[in-house]
Amino acid sequence: MPNLERRAQPSTLMMFASPVIAAVCMLITGYLLFTLLGKAPLHAYWVFFIKPLTTAYGIGEWLLKATPLILCGLGLAIGFRASVFNIGAEGQLTMGAIAAGGVGLYFNGMDARWILPLMMLAGIAGGMVWAAIPAFLRTRFNTSEILVSLMLVYVAQLFLGFLVQGPWRDPDGFNFPQTKMFTEAEMLPLLMEGLRTNISFILALLLVAASWFYSHKMFAGFRMQVSGLAPAAARYAGFSEKRNVWLALLISGGMAGLAGMGEVAGPIGQLQPVISPGYGFAAIIVAYVGRLHPLGVLLASLLMSLLYLGGETAQMDLGLPSAVTGLFQGLLLFYLLAADIFINFRIKARKRPLEQIRTVAQVVPEEQS
Amino acid sequence: MNIEQMIPILASTVAAATPLAYAAFGELVTERAGVLNLGVEGMMLVGAIAGFAVASQTGSLGLGFLAGTLAGVLLALIFATLTLSLQTNQVATGLALTLFGVGLSAFIGKSYVGLSLNGLHPMSISVLGQIPFLGPLLFHFDIVVYGSLALLFALQWFFTRSHWGLVVRAVGESPASAHAIGYPVIRIRYLAILFGGAMSGLAGAYLSLAITPMWVEGMTAGRGWIALALVVFATWKPMRVLLGAYLFGGVTILQFYGQGMGIHVPSEILSMLPYLVTIVVLVLISRNPKTILLNQPMSLGHSFYPHT
Repeated sequence: MPNLERRAQPSTLMMFASPVIAAVCMLITGYLLFTLLGKAPLHAYWVFFIKPLTTAYGIGEWLLKATPLILCGLGLAIGFRASVFNIGAEGQLTMGAIAAGGVGLYFNGMDARWILPLMMLAGIAGGMVWAAIPAFLRTRFNTSEILVSLMLVYVAQLFLGFLVQGPWRDPDGFNFPQTKMFTEAEMLPLLMEGLRTNISFILALLLVAASWFYSHKMFAGFRMQVSGLAPAAARYAGFSEKRNVWLALLISGGMAGLAGMGEVAGPIGQLQPVISPGYGFAAIIVAYVGRLHPLGVLLASLLMSLLYLGGETAQMDLGLPSAVTGLFQGLLLFYLLAADIFINFRIKARKRPLEQIRTVAQVVPEEQS
Repeated sequence: MNIEQMIPILASTVAAATPLAYAAFGELVTERAGVLNLGVEGMMLVGAIAGFAVASQTGSLGLGFLAGTLAGVLLALIFATLTLSLQTNQVATGLALTLFGVGLSAFIGKSYVGLSLNGLHPMSISVLGQIPFLGPLLFHFDIVVYGSLALLFALQWFFTRSHWGLVVRAVGESPASAHAIGYPVIRIRYLAILFGGAMSGLAGAYLSLAITPMWVEGMTAGRGWIALALVVFATWKPMRVLLGAYLFGGVTILQFYGQGMGIHVPSEILSMLPYLVTIVVLVLISRNPKTILLNQPMSLGHSFYPHT
């Protein structure tokens, strides 16, 4: 066990350095892993992290995959700041996709300008409704929002499966479990011809700014942060815990729902049994690696999205299973958590007995919460 | 429905309940020592693939179960090192463990998709198994099922009758006090976490070696999370964990027998039941804040660092 000593003040330098340390450690582990699998590590690095970004199309895909991560990550970060652990963003994303897809299917074929905004609102509402369930149960019955929001992920995915197998299945779709394709009017406009990146990326960037304003400049954001860092102080100041739980879940649910809408009205273009390759869960990592700060979330999303993309190219070029992505993502979070220890502690050389004389205050063990 | 038809339903209820029971027993011990490990799902998945991989390579189910258990221990060791030695947040680290386990198991499991092996068979307790009705009902399970009953009694005895069981509870209630009277809090918490990992790994291996003897990505399907909910539902008492596990086992197999019993609901909707029941049960148990406050280990989720 390392000999740790609590710093008098948390280190700001380490606060920003630890995500970098974590990313470097992840790369080192990757090097070992590639070597172990008999791939030339430097070439594998190149395939994984550089090659996807060498074409305009690749960069488009990079931003496209970063979009849902940014949206979900921003919302989760706001919740985590207030110690509200919504880990069901994947389910809220799915419900958002279902709601937006439902609107799209209902008005399918109508060429009207209002359909797309309506789908967007439906997506947000779908995510919010799904997140409102854990919010209600937590505030009314004191039920853990962690477990409830997670359980609802499975329910949402099964519900989507039921819809595309049954009532919403495309009658002309050769029995494939998927709905009709959405029409032009129901799809998010593309940013550039030839790329799949659409305006939801711009929207995500705007929301980065909005969420920075919310959590750093608005009283509501401050209240939530106080409740997360010092619940007793928040209670004393009269900040309502219930309002925080509701806000945290509704905001993160709405953002995840919007991300789901962006997937079905963007790259996918219809409802399918699987909408997301785990963006909602990866967003948990994004939120932590991004230090729960909107700008950090943006950067972390770009890194995580590159991991998704790299996993795909590595599968094609190196014959590695694309599941290596999940492995890297998990490792990244582990390393981050481990590196974070240097924010509050520093390693100290073991002292000789004479120097170990301490005051009573130092000897009495202190329990932290 | 007559009694003959009941037997396979009851038998598969027990089979479905067993991995839940093991994982929840493990988590119960971890939480009684004051540590909340949200990584059960990840440890189960890695246990499942490790068990399946070793069993299909060596042809030995026993080695498979051993490998699953060890894999769970290894993952738990990462969690323990991070939360105990490096003082990381238990909730975040547990989530990380699950995400890592999902990724790792999918990565290792790629080459085992589509394979199958000869699963674990029930023990034949020759004479007892012949007893009509009771025979097939009570004496026709595999060794792991009987093991879960043995584990129940062992835990019951450990926490109420043994010295070290009381020490573990003391560590969970007030690590500072336990430390002050000289118990090695960190070491005890390490052991409790590793035990939790072993049980989760074993539970995962039971899924891939006995219930459905094959590997499917993400095959635990939230059972690790249900096990976590079970511990709350059981108010941290071993006996209630087992009862809860049988309740959930029954709900889980409903989707297979539902159609036969004349319930004409799409299978996806029936499959939602375990998750919905988990939510309902959690609501019922946490509705009264006193129930939780009186039973939950006081230091659950808080880290502790001895300064000497």
